[in-house]
Amino acid sequence: MIHGRLFSRFKYFFISFFLLQIHLCLSAQETFPVNGVADPRERFFAFVHATIVQDGSRELKDATLVIREGKIITVGEKIATPSSAVVIDCSGKYITPSFIDIYSDYGIPIPQSKTTPSSFYVGATQMKSNTKGAFGWNEAIKAEVDGSKIFVADTSKAKSLRELGFGTVLTHQKDGIARGTGVVVTLANQKENLSIIKEKASAHYSLSKGSSTQSYPSSMMGTIALLRQTYLDAAWYKSRPPREGINLSLQAWLDNQNLVQIMEANDKWNDLRANRIAMEAGVHYIIKGGGNEYQRISEIAGMHAPFILPLNFPQAMDVEDPNEARFVSLADMKHWELAPTNPAAFEKAGIQFCITTSDLRDLKQFSANLRKAIEYGLSETKAFEALTKTPAELLHVYDKVGSLEVGKLANFLISTGPVLKEKSVIIENWVQGERYVIKDESQKQIKGNYQLVINEPEGQTTYLLIVKSYNDARVAGKDSFYTRFNFDGKLVNLSFSPGGVGPRIQLTDTSNRNLPVLPKTAREQRREGSLVRLSGLVGDQVWSGNGEDSSGRRITWIARLAGPPSAAPDTTKKKINLPIGKVFYPFNGYGWEVLPQQEVLLIKNATVWTNEKEGKLENTDVLVKNGKIVRIGQHLTDPSARQIDGTGKHLTPGIIDEHSHIASTSINEGAQSVTSEVRIGDNLNPEDINIYRELSGGVTSAHILHGSANTIGGQTQLIKLRWGVDDEGLKFKNWDPFIKFALGENVKRTTSPANNRFPDTRMGVEQVLTDAFTRARDYEARLKVAGTGKTGASVRRDLELDALVEVLQHKRFITCHSYVQSEIIMLMRVAEKFGFRVNTLTHILEGYKVADKIKMHGSSVSTFSDWWAYKMEVQDAIAYNATIMQKIGLNVCINSDDPEMARRLNQEAAKSVKYGAMDEEDALKMVTLNPARALHVEDRVGTIKEGKDADLVLWSDHPLSIYAKPLKTIVDGTIYYDVERDSLQRIRIREERNRLIQKLLSEKKSGSAVTPGTPSFEVLLSCGDHNHGNGLITYYNDGEDGGEGEANKN
Amino acid sequence: MKKILYEDYMKLFISIFFGLSMSLTATAQDNIYPAKANTGIFFIINARIHVGNGTVIEKGTIKVEKSKITAVGENIPIPVDDIKVFDAKGQDVYPGLILPVTDLGLKEIALSVRGSNDFLELGDLNPGVRAIVAYNTDSKIINVLKANGILLACVTPQGGSISGSSSVVQLDAWNWEDAAYKIDNAIHVNLPSFVAKRSRSGSPPAVDPTKESLNKIEEIKSFFRQAKAYLETSAPKETNTKFEAVKGLFDKKQKLFVHGNQVKQILFGIDFAKEFGFEVVVVGGSESFMVADLLKENNIPVILHELHDLPAMEDDDVDQPYKTPAVLQKAGVLFALNDEHEESRYRNLMFNAGTAAAFGLTKEQALQAITLNSAKILGIDDRTGSIEVGKDANIIISKGDILDMKSSILTRAFIQGREVSLENKQTQLYERYMTKYGLK
Repeated sequence: MIHGRLFSRFKYFFISFFLLQIHLCLSAQETFPVNGVADPRERFFAFVHATIVQDGSRELKDATLVIREGKIITVGEKIATPSSAVVIDCSGKYITPSFIDIYSDYGIPIPQSKTTPSSFYVGATQMKSNTKGAFGWNEAIKAEVDGSKIFVADTSKAKSLRELGFGTVLTHQKDGIARGTGVVVTLANQKENLSIIKEKASAHYSLSKGSSTQSYPSSMMGTIALLRQTYLDAAWYKSRPPREGINLSLQAWLDNQNLVQIMEANDKWNDLRANRIAMEAGVHYIIKGGGNEYQRISEIAGMHAPFILPLNFPQAMDVEDPNEARFVSLADMKHWELAPTNPAAFEKAGIQFCITTSDLRDLKQFSANLRKAIEYGLSETKAFEALTKTPAELLHVYDKVGSLEVGKLANFLISTGPVLKEKSVIIENWVQGERYVIKDESQKQIKGNYQLVINEPEGQTTYLLIVKSYNDARVAGKDSFYTRFNFDGKLVNLSFSPGGVGPRIQLTDTSNRNLPVLPKTAREQRREGSLVRLSGLVGDQVWSGNGEDSSGRRITWIARLAGPPSAAPDTTKKKINLPIGKVFYPFNGYGWEVLPQQEVLLIKNATVWTNEKEGKLENTDVLVKNGKIVRIGQHLTDPSARQIDGTGKHLTPGIIDEHSHIASTSINEGAQSVTSEVRIGDNLNPEDINIYRELSGGVTSAHILHGSANTIGGQTQLIKLRWGVDDEGLKFKNWDPFIKFALGENVKRTTSPANNRFPDTRMGVEQVLTDAFTRARDYEARLKVAGTGKTGASVRRDLELDALVEVLQHKRFITCHSYVQSEIIMLMRVAEKFGFRVNTLTHILEGYKVADKIKMHGSSVSTFSDWWAYKMEVQDAIAYNATIMQKIGLNVCINSDDPEMARRLNQEAAKSVKYGAMDEEDALKMVTLNPARALHVEDRVGTIKEGKDADLVLWSDHPLSIYAKPLKTIVDGTIYYDVERDSLQRIRIREERNRLIQKLLSEKKSGSAVTPGTPSFEVLLSCGDHNHGNGLITYYNDGEDGGEGEANKN
Repeated sequence: MKKILYEDYMKLFISIFFGLSMSLTATAQDNIYPAKANTGIFFIINARIHVGNGTVIEKGTIKVEKSKITAVGENIPIPVDDIKVFDAKGQDVYPGLILPVTDLGLKEIALSVRGSNDFLELGDLNPGVRAIVAYNTDSKIINVLKANGILLACVTPQGGSISGSSSVVQLDAWNWEDAAYKIDNAIHVNLPSFVAKRSRSGSPPAVDPTKESLNKIEEIKSFFRQAKAYLETSAPKETNTKFEAVKGLFDKKQKLFVHGNQVKQILFGIDFAKEFGFEVVVVGGSESFMVADLLKENNIPVILHELHDLPAMEDDDVDQPYKTPAVLQKAGVLFALNDEHEESRYRNLMFNAGTAAAFGLTKEQALQAITLNSAKILGIDDRTGSIEVGKDANIIISKGDILDMKSSILTRAFIQGREVSLENKQTQLYERYMTKYGLK
C-alpha cells in the first residue's frame, strides 16, 4: 500500500488548490486586461523526498524538485527547501519528465472534404485547385498552412493526452501532401499564447492527398512525382520567375525547408519511397512509420532516418467460423501476432525512433499497447527515451522539455512507481507548473478485505467485505452474497442479501464482473425488501455508518481493514505466448524465411528450346553458374553443381511478359492526359502474390506498364520475378527506359458519361501527342540555351517534359496501347514527324490490318492471342493477328495484361499454332525471345545461350502443351519456384494458419475485443481495359482516382 | 460411294477459308448460312471416337441418318452405293461441346455499347424473364464459338435475385425459334454474398453481411413458399404471373440454377433443394471443393464457371481453381465446366477442360465435363452430350486432341446431322488480309 498519512495531507491540500486553478491559468499574461481583482501567483513549489528520474540515465533518490513560474529552478539530492515554496511530500513517489507526442493533431482538426472525388470511370475530372488565392496549382500542396495560426487548445483532448502521461506535443494539420508547419505546444489548460513553445518547429509531408478533391495526383506514383516536381519548382521559384508571379505555396515551401522535415509514410514500402524522394531532393525526413516496418527491418535500417512509430497493433480477428476465417489471410494474422514487436525491432536494429499516440483506434489503448511493446522486447529505457528525449532532440526543444533540468519547463509526472512499470500509476501530470490530477490515489486505497461488523439489536454479526473497486465489492459470510456497492470518493453505499436462501457465489469467484443470474427466490427476496442496506463514510482504515436491516430496523456498522487485497500478478516480466511466428519475405504465406540463393545448377538430359539457330536440342545438358548460363552440351559434368534430371522434360528460356500490371501499388495516373513524369518504378510492390503465381507459370521477367487511362501515361518498369527481394531488387538492371502511351477508347474515357478531360475523340488524341512533343522540343531547346550559360534565364525543370525529351533523343522508348488501324497509323506519323520510332505497339488487335505499314515504321508488336469483342474498338480483333503480323516479318509478342493469363502465356503462344499454323518454335519465341527484343534485353535474356542470364523454366511436358507445368522456374540462377517446395509451402501455410487461428481463438476466449473476419485486402490492378473477376474475393483498383472498385463474384 | 478423303477436306477447308467468301463482303458474315437439314445418311469413318461418356473407340464409324446417330462402333458396314462418307483418319471425333451458362447472343459489344446489351434486367424478382426471346442468332460471336466446336449453349439472363429462365440453343439457326433446343430449362437464382467486405482503410463492415444475406434469402424463400400456395389454389382471386412463372420448378419440368461461389451460398443451394424439392444446380461453385462430399450426398450438380481464374485468396494453393474439378470428380459430384471469360468470349471452353485434365482429371473425364455432364445438368442428355445411338448428330471432328491448343483444330462440325459452316467473322478477316498481303 502506497497510501500513507503524509499523503493524506498532501491530498487535502490539493483539493483546495484545484478550486483555484482556473483563475491561475488565465492570470499570467500582461497584455490581457483582468476583469476583477488581479491575482498574480508565483506557483512556487518544492517536491521533496521523491525519486526523480531526470532522464533515461539519471535517477536521483530522496531528491527535491523546485519549480517556479512554470519552470524548474532546482533539481537534486540534498537540497535545502526554499522557505517561500509550497512543500509537497513525495515520499515513495517518482517524478519523471512527461511524455512528448511528436505526431499529434491536437487542437488542429482535419478539414473535411466538401465533395467526394468522383470515380475515374464515371465522374468528371477536377483539373484545378479549389484553394482560392495566390497559391500553387495543386490543392494537395498546402505548404502555406501554419499550424501555430490555426492551433486552438482543446481541453478535452488535452485531458485525455495528459492522462496518458503526455505534457507536450508537436501538432500539425494532417491534411495534404505538403501540410505546412507544425507547432510545439504543451497540454496546459491556458491561453494558446502561453502553451505554444515553438511556433514553427517542423514541416510536414505525406503520401496522401487528404481532403483535396483535385484529380491529380490519383496514384502513389503521381504523388511521388508531385513531390519531386515541387522540390524542383521551389528551387526555380527562388529566382522569382516573372511568369509565375507570386506563389505563396512555393514561397512557404522554401521557407519551411529550414525546419525539421517530417514525412508521413505509414508503410514499410512507403518509408523506402519517401526516403528516395528525400535523397533526390537532398533533404532528411523523419519518417512517420506505419507499424509494419519489422517486416523489412534491414531495409528500414539502411535508410538511416529517424522514425516515428505508432502503436496501432491490430485487433484480433474473429475466426470462429471457418468459412469466414478462410478469408483472413495469413499475412494479416501474422501481422496481428507480430505488430507488437515493431518497436523492439527498431531498438534491435539501432534505429532512432519516437513513439506516438497517432493511428490508435482509441487513445486509451496507448498505455496497454506500450506495455505490450515492452513485453514483446522493447526495453523500458528505450521506450522512455522514445517518449521524452528523442522527440525533444529531434524537434530541437530539448532545452525546454524532455528531461528534468534547471531552466526547463515544469512538465513532469508524479507516479507511484517507475512510470513505465505496469503497476505504477500516474497520479499527477504537471504541465508548465500547473497540476493536473490524473488518478486520485484513494481509489487504490479502498481495495482490500474488510471485517464488516453490523450492530443489530440482537448483537453483532460479522461478515467479510471484499472491496475491489469503487463499484465492485462483495459481502461474504459462509457464502458470498449478492452485493451492490458504490463509493464516490468519500461516501459509501452498500446493500446485500444475507438470507439463507440467497444466491451462492463461490468466494473464489471474485473475478466475475457480470453478476450472475440469481435464482428466482433471491430476486423475490430482494423485491420483498430482504436486503441489508448500509450507508457511511470511508475513513483511512475504518469505515462506519448506519443503515437498515432486511426487516427495516435501524442498525449501525463499522468496517475495518483486515488485510491487503490479493496481489495482482505482476505481468511485467510476463512470458510472451511462444512460439511467435517468423517474419516471411515477402510477408505472406508463400514467402521465404531465408531468401533462396544463386546455385550452380546442372540440368541434365532435357529437350532444350534454345531459341537460337541451333533450335531445339534433344538430350542436352545446361550448366548454370553465378546466375549465368555457362555451358550447353551433352555429358556435361560439374562436381560443384546441383544436378537436376531433365529426362523427358523441356527446358526453355523464362517467359517474358511484355505487358503486365502486377507488383505495383498503383498503375494509372489518369488525372491528366499527359503524365510522363510518373514512374511505375517509384511504387513497386514486391509482395504481390501474383509474382509467385506467375513464377509458377514460368514467367521470369515482366514489363510493368502504366495503365491506359491517358494518352501519355507513365514511365514503365521492367522487373525480374525475384520473389522475396525488396522493390529495388525486383528491377531489371541496366535496361533501356520505356514509357507507356495509349490511344482510343480508354484515353477518351468512353465509359465516362461525364468526360471533361481533353481529348474526347481520336482527333483530339493526335492533338495531345503533337502538343506534348512540341512543348518537349521547345523545352529541349530552352535547356540547351540555358546550358550554354549565355542567357541568365533559368529554365524550370519539368519532369513531364524531361521524359519526352528522352523520347525525342532516343533514350526512352514508347510502348503504346493501340487497337484500331486509324490510330495506329496516326501515332506512327506523329512519331515520324518528331523524328523517333514507336518502339512497341501493345494490344494492337488491328495490327494485322496495317502490318505492312508497321513494318515500314519498325515497331515491335505485342498482342493478345484471342481476346476480342469486349468493347467497341476490338470488334475486328482476330485470333490470326499474331500469325499475320509474324508472316509480314514483325517482331511479335504475346502478352498477358492479366495476372491469371500470365500464368499460361506458353498456352497463349500455342494458340497461334491453332490459329494460322505458326511454327512451334516461333510460337514459343513470342513469349520469350521476341519480348526480350522488344525490350532491348535480348543480349541477356530470351534464349538459352552461353553467357546469358540463367532465366530458365523446366517444364514437365512440351512447353506449348496445355498439359505442361513448370517444375522449376529459375531467375539469375536462383530457383524461385520449385514444384516440390511449393507442395511443402502449402503444408506450412496450413500449419501456420492453424497455429494462428488457435491463438486468435484463445485471444477471443480471453475476452479481448475482436474484429470480424473480413477478407484481406488484395489489390488487383489492370490497365483499365478489362476487369473480369479473376477469382472469388478480389478488389480491383484502377488507380485513376485512388478509389477502389471491387470484383466480388458471388 | 463418294468418299471424302482427308486431302479433299483439307482442300475444302482451305476453300472455306480462302475461296468461298473471297468475292463477297467480308466481316459482315452475311454470307455464312445456317445449314440445310440433312435428309440422307452419312458415315464418319476411321475416327478416334471420344464418346463423351468416358469411353474411346480407337477406330470407329458413326452412322448418321437425317438428324440422328443411328450407329456407332467398330464394325459398322458401309453400303457400297453412292453415299457420303467422311474419312476422319488420324483425327479425333467428339460430341459437340456445350456452353452451359452464358450471355451469348444477349451481349454483343460487352460493356461499352449499352445498345448491344440484353442480358441484365432491372428488378429483383424476375422469374418470368426469358432469355430465349432476346437471343440474337446473328451475333458475330456465335460462329466463332462454333468454329471451336461449341455447338450448343444455355443462354441465361442475369440480374436481381431471380433472373428468369434460360434456354438451350443450337448455334446454327436463322432466328431464336429456329435455334431453340430446350426452352426455359432452368430458372436462375443469385444468392447474396456472405463475405464481410473490408474497406481499404481496414475498418470493419458497416452492416453485418451474414444477417443481411440471411434476410435476403428468407425473402427469396418466402417468394417460393407463397408461389407454392398460389399454385396449389384452384382459382386464385388475382393472377400473379411471377408465381405462375415458377410452376415448372414445382412440376420438376425446370431446374433451379443457384448461382454462388461461397460455401455458405452452396449450403443454401442445398437447402433450397431440401425445402422445396427443386432440382438444384449450383452455378459458380469456386469453393465447391470444400464441400464436395455434401454436394455428392445431396446429389447437387455443379457448373464451374471459370477454371482460368486466380485463387480466391492469397493463401490458397496457386492452382486451386485448376484442380477443383478433380476434387469434385473424386467425390462423385456431377459437374460441368463453363467458360465465362469476358475478353476471349467463351471460345476457350475446351481449354478449361484441358486445364482440368492437366490437374487431375483424365482427358475423357475432362471432355465429359463439357459434353455429357453438361447435357445431363441442362436436361438434354436424352438428345445430346455423347456420340450414342438415338441421339442428335451433334458431332465435331478435330485434327487432334481438342483439349490442347496446338492440336485443337476443327475440320468439321455437325448439328443435328447438318454439316455447319466453320466460317466466321474472324476467318473472313483473316482471309481478307491474307489476300491483301498476297500471303495465300
